[in-house]
Amino acid sequence: MLPTLAGVAVLVFVLMRVLPGDIVELRFAGESSFASKAELDLERHRLGLDAPLWRQFARWIGGLVRLDFGRSLWTGGPISREIALRFELSFEVAILATAVAVLLAVPLGLLAAVWQDTWVDYAVRLFSIAGLAVPSFWLGILLILGLLVAWGWLPPIEFTPVYVSPWRNVTQLVWPALAVGYRYSAVATRMMRSAMLEVLREDYVRTARAKGLWPRLVLWRHAARNAMLPVFTVIVLEFTFLIGGLVVTEQVFNLNGLGLLFVESIAHRDYTLTQALVLLVAVITVLANFAADLVYAWLDPRIRYA
Amino acid sequence: MAGGAVVGARAPRAGAVADFPRQHPVGAAGAAVIVAMALVAALAPLLVPYDPLAPDYGAMLARPGPAHWLGTDAFGRDVLSRIVWGARTALSVGLAAALVGATLGAVVGVAGAYFGGLVDLLVERVVDILLSFPLIILALAVVASLGNGIGTLILAITVPMVPRCARVIRSSALAIRRAPYVDAARAAGYGHARIILRHMLPNVMAPYLIMVTAFMGQAILLEASLSFLGLGVAEPTPAWGLMLKGAAVDFAETAPWLALFPGLAISLGVLAFNLFGDSLRDALDPKLRTP
Repeated sequence: MLPTLAGVAVLVFVLMRVLPGDIVELRFAGESSFASKAELDLERHRLGLDAPLWRQFARWIGGLVRLDFGRSLWTGGPISREIALRFELSFEVAILATAVAVLLAVPLGLLAAVWQDTWVDYAVRLFSIAGLAVPSFWLGILLILGLLVAWGWLPPIEFTPVYVSPWRNVTQLVWPALAVGYRYSAVATRMMRSAMLEVLREDYVRTARAKGLWPRLVLWRHAARNAMLPVFTVIVLEFTFLIGGLVVTEQVFNLNGLGLLFVESIAHRDYTLTQALVLLVAVITVLANFAADLVYAWLDPRIRYA
Repeated sequence: MAGGAVVGARAPRAGAVADFPRQHPVGAAGAAVIVAMALVAALAPLLVPYDPLAPDYGAMLARPGPAHWLGTDAFGRDVLSRIVWGARTALSVGLAAALVGATLGAVVGVAGAYFGGLVDLLVERVVDILLSFPLIILALAVVASLGNGIGTLILAITVPMVPRCARVIRSSALAIRRAPYVDAARAAGYGHARIILRHMLPNVMAPYLIMVTAFMGQAILLEASLSFLGLGVAEPTPAWGLMLKGAAVDFAETAPWLALFPGLAISLGVLAFNLFGDSLRDALDPKLRTP
């Protein structure tokens, strides 16, 4: 994991340094104003870009270790504050979306497995394969449209923290969570279905049935609990769907979260901010995969990593 | 991923191609949609009644009707014409990105398997690093560092595809790296490049084709997402994602057709490639099957 993280840091650093021309020239060109060479040099010095590459890298890493991502080129404020301001919203949508995904995937996958090769199964499979094809931003637009047509109501734009008003908070965030969560659930549903099919053929399920246990108890207590293990892994591994979905969907709902910040940082050519966010996402992904391995081993004692 | 994936793979024969619709009706339906889309894209200038770029200020936000089957947008441009031309953008960008991404990935993956040792380790490490970036984040990072434009867009979609393909192809190539014909080629004194390109690559064609179709769906989706964010195809080029940008929410109440039809086009296109890709995988390489 550590070599991967180091590689990620180097790659992000390099990616933002292979710009045609350098950051300063691009930014001044982007503002379509005339700047003299002296001005450019001054700006380069201010950003520390005149130092040798290795020192810039060392400085950047040194800052990261102290959770100091540097300053935004656009607002001039510390990047860690920009991120902290928006983290809560994105984090909450992410949690809600995961909940939506699990609440869709587990019952649907279970139904499809129990009624394998019937219309229920086909309907669930169609629903899940469509989830991979429907762009989450379009689903978001359709949700907004539906709310508008049905109730003439739009989710509020202004973010209300959950501790201020849980109701307002959820009514605002549940829609983007639905849009992202549906796509997120697609792979998990297929996984739940195939895991259930496998588990239902296990000896212990037959034993439980043979001793006359209530069928629903066998299904949930004996089969579903074991089938949910791979679903859990998929949910973590498909974490990238969630991030990708957030980036586009926050735009649709005009939510001022990390996704919107990321897109704006690119539009504003705010390279330090883009760099910090790309790194943040990659680090979270690596850590999530690592955590999934650990939790998986804890949930399923048969798995041991050497 | 199964190390011996390619061993069970068969090259498609004429008979197998004829059997495909019977054994995989869903995949064949996907293929039919793809062919229809490709035809529509190729014949776009002959099919559409309106210039997709020409504004008509007399018919702004016109409802779907006999004159404009799917209505017009805020500039009075015909939505149907723009969707038809948008198929061109989606398919050409998607095909370019999927082909380049899968081919680069295949070469890297086969090279890693062929050389083994340090090269393989290096390839695996770099693939690991690239895979820790979500698809769209990596694509956006490329756009951020190289700026907008159709070339950058294709590159941005290509880059995240390469490690995904390299990983799959490498595992297939590991199975054939000690195959007698590879040893024979080496004994005949052929160079590394020739052995990789002429002898090993053709034998990982099955997973390669599967990756290309799978990537097509993802590439179309990614292109639409980037264009929707305003970081992909630029106005006035007709593109499905771009058509959904802004207009859809702003005119939600007055002109819902603006939001509806381009999204349907994206979903149908991606669904077709996913269905065809899944069936192709089942037909060519049952061991690669995922739930």
